[in-house]
Amino acid sequence: MTRNVVAAGFGGQGVMLLGQILALAATQKQLNATWLPSYGPEQRGGTANCTVVVSDEEIGSPVVDKPMYVVIMNNPSMEKFEKMVEPNGTVILNSTLITLEPKRNDVNYLKVPANELAEQAGSQRSANMVMLGVIGWLWKDIFTLEELEQAVVEKVGDKRPQLVETNKKAIELGYEFAKNLI
Amino acid sequence: MSERILMKGNEAVGEAAVRAGCRLYFGYPITPASEIAEYMAYRLPQVGGIFIQAESELAASNMVYGAAAAGKYAMTASSSPGISLMQEALSYMAGAEVPSLFVDAVRGGPGLGDIQAAQSDYFQLTKGGGHGDYHLIVFAPYTIQEVINIMPIAFETAFKYRNPVVVAIDGLIGQMMEAVEFPYFVNPDEIALPDWALSGKFRHGNKKNVNTSLELDPEKLEVINWRLQAKYHEIEEKESRYDYVGVDNPETLVVAYGTVARVTMSALKKMLGEGKSIGLFRPITIWPFPGKALAQKAANAKRIVTLEMSAGQMIEDVKLSVFDPNKEYEFHGHPGGTTFTPSEIEQILRG
Amino acid sequence: MKIIYERPKTLEKVVNHYCPGCHHGILHALIAEVLDEMNMADKTVGVAPVGCAVLAYNYLDIDWIEAPHGRAVAVATGIKLAHPDILVFTYQGDGDAASIGLAETLYGAIRGINVTTFMYNNAIYGMTGGQMAPTTLLGMKTTTSPYGRDPRREGYPVKMAETIALQDGAAFSVRSALFNPKAITETKNHIRHAFELQMNGEGFTFLEVVGTCPTNWGMTPVEASEFAKNEMVKTFPLGIKKDVKRSEAR
Repeated sequence: MTRNVVAAGFGGQGVMLLGQILALAATQKQLNATWLPSYGPEQRGGTANCTVVVSDEEIGSPVVDKPMYVVIMNNPSMEKFEKMVEPNGTVILNSTLITLEPKRNDVNYLKVPANELAEQAGSQRSANMVMLGVIGWLWKDIFTLEELEQAVVEKVGDKRPQLVETNKKAIELGYEFAKNLI
Repeated sequence: MSERILMKGNEAVGEAAVRAGCRLYFGYPITPASEIAEYMAYRLPQVGGIFIQAESELAASNMVYGAAAAGKYAMTASSSPGISLMQEALSYMAGAEVPSLFVDAVRGGPGLGDIQAAQSDYFQLTKGGGHGDYHLIVFAPYTIQEVINIMPIAFETAFKYRNPVVVAIDGLIGQMMEAVEFPYFVNPDEIALPDWALSGKFRHGNKKNVNTSLELDPEKLEVINWRLQAKYHEIEEKESRYDYVGVDNPETLVVAYGTVARVTMSALKKMLGEGKSIGLFRPITIWPFPGKALAQKAANAKRIVTLEMSAGQMIEDVKLSVFDPNKEYEFHGHPGGTTFTPSEIEQILRG
Repeated sequence: MKIIYERPKTLEKVVNHYCPGCHHGILHALIAEVLDEMNMADKTVGVAPVGCAVLAYNYLDIDWIEAPHGRAVAVATGIKLAHPDILVFTYQGDGDAASIGLAETLYGAIRGINVTTFMYNNAIYGMTGGQMAPTTLLGMKTTTSPYGRDPRREGYPVKMAETIALQDGAAFSVRSALFNPKAITETKNHIRHAFELQMNGEGFTFLEVVGTCPTNWGMTPVEASEFAKNEMVKTFPLGIKKDVKRSEAR
């Protein structure tokens, strides 16, 4: 079993964190995991992205140019990453912010109103957590919703109970959304 | 089994050094190596160690020189332009036989270049970037776990041969995170102070120790240099390390190290699954270069493909080691800080 | 018979390579005497420079390291942090400490590292054959300032003792000399004081010692001593520039 995902968006949309939490949850399941960030000037002003590989085998390349999954949070990232996904791969896009029309017919699109669901959870800033929940459902053979939530708490901390609650709620909304969609 | 944690490469470098017994770190900020210094600034005081932010790479490397000549595990980390400045101290330490650890998170050059992952320090690390006939022992791990596994070996090897050691990583290994474990924790108090250490005569039989790379008598210096060469020869015989994945006697032999080797692994496994006659030879030490082993693996190969994130540096050692003009040598490089992708390598290997 | 003076134990019984009339030998002997009196020779590491004193490690019976040009204080910093219980000093020339090694020397004071630095100031590069030093006096002819040091072209002599004194991490900074017995006695007292401050962990201690270079000055030993006494001190006034102990007392 090897899965990989590229998450991309504006700096501040929390795509790096989203990737780290996935990698952390996998690590805690005694799996192998790599998290590879874009870094340096390309982060500034443009899109930030990270690549996560999770596997029960030794991980080869942490660099993935044809990801199985991509999480896309904004239009610039849509332009850059939609074309990268491998045939039959899955594009999880933030339909609240992305106005570009999908261009491919050989991949699956999951249109997730991430900001709206995050708003429902308590804060638009948790849109990344909504997407985490969506991946949680897609990768439910790897970890449970609770295990993902636990990884969030470990990564973000539990010093702000309000934030912990909002994040949990956002993950659950994403998880449920994906469950009903598929 | 020790605990499995998700850790950033640069932080793992620091933690591995601490666990290997290093308590003295001298650094100067530079991207993409700064997090190693940041981690040590945070971590060393917790274990009674000392972190110093030096005024320059010149100073940092010479502080390492002093601390290592005093017999302790001491280190610094930098990135390519900073390592260029440290070549002075490295040459002196090689000449004066001072064991120390330098980490180079290699970035694109020449000059200021960029801050992305590269392998264009191969020449300056393996061929003696400073003056004189000397070699550094250079490890080039390809995963964060291998960085961790190598760190205690790097210090031990440095002290065994009284020679500076470099662990060459790149920005990619430094910035990525990976599930890793630390299977060791060395108590620095249990590392014996060598009898050559500058530590006050009372610590070594009241006989004065002098550490110098100076010998003004040319005949004596020649003797010293031949002795150093004999040491390097011994290191070549005993410390060359490599890894090989593939079929015996492959038709296509790929040679790559560090991050490039890791990116190659995905394509390689795919092609091996298809029954292709292919193999990846991965030097773990780039000096000593595992040339003999490479020559054996290459014996029946028709095509030898060298992949580097440079314009072609290691390929010189590949050709020198295989030493067969009838083979087909192929080079593919990324000299600007961009990395190979798995698809690109697959395409290259399929020819 | 009462012995009133004997060769310091720590001074090696070898012929040194210094020129006649050079003051390096006096400074070596003073350091050896102080180490003997403090009973510290077996707990000391010296850092030799690149310059005339490059072979200093042959002359004192203590642990030594020979540092790259200018990097003595950086090397000393590493040694001191590895073994905080020992005395560490650097022995440098003006070119080593104040030109190529200015950053390292100044940072010794800025960082307040417990190390003692000797900077032998003879206003010239002796080892390489008489080139201009950062401390070369205005008007002084050297092989690289053949028309005399002109500040419009070559800038001004650097005032190290004063510069070091300005740094908060410096515990002691003094400029002293070796041109007559009084100056020598004072210098010796300063050495002892600096070493004691270091061992008490007070911070960086710095001794700029005005010396001679009869060979490259083109003078006899006596003329050179007179030149140090009458001319050098005009640009490089002697005296304590900073002493944490004294300012506390005030």
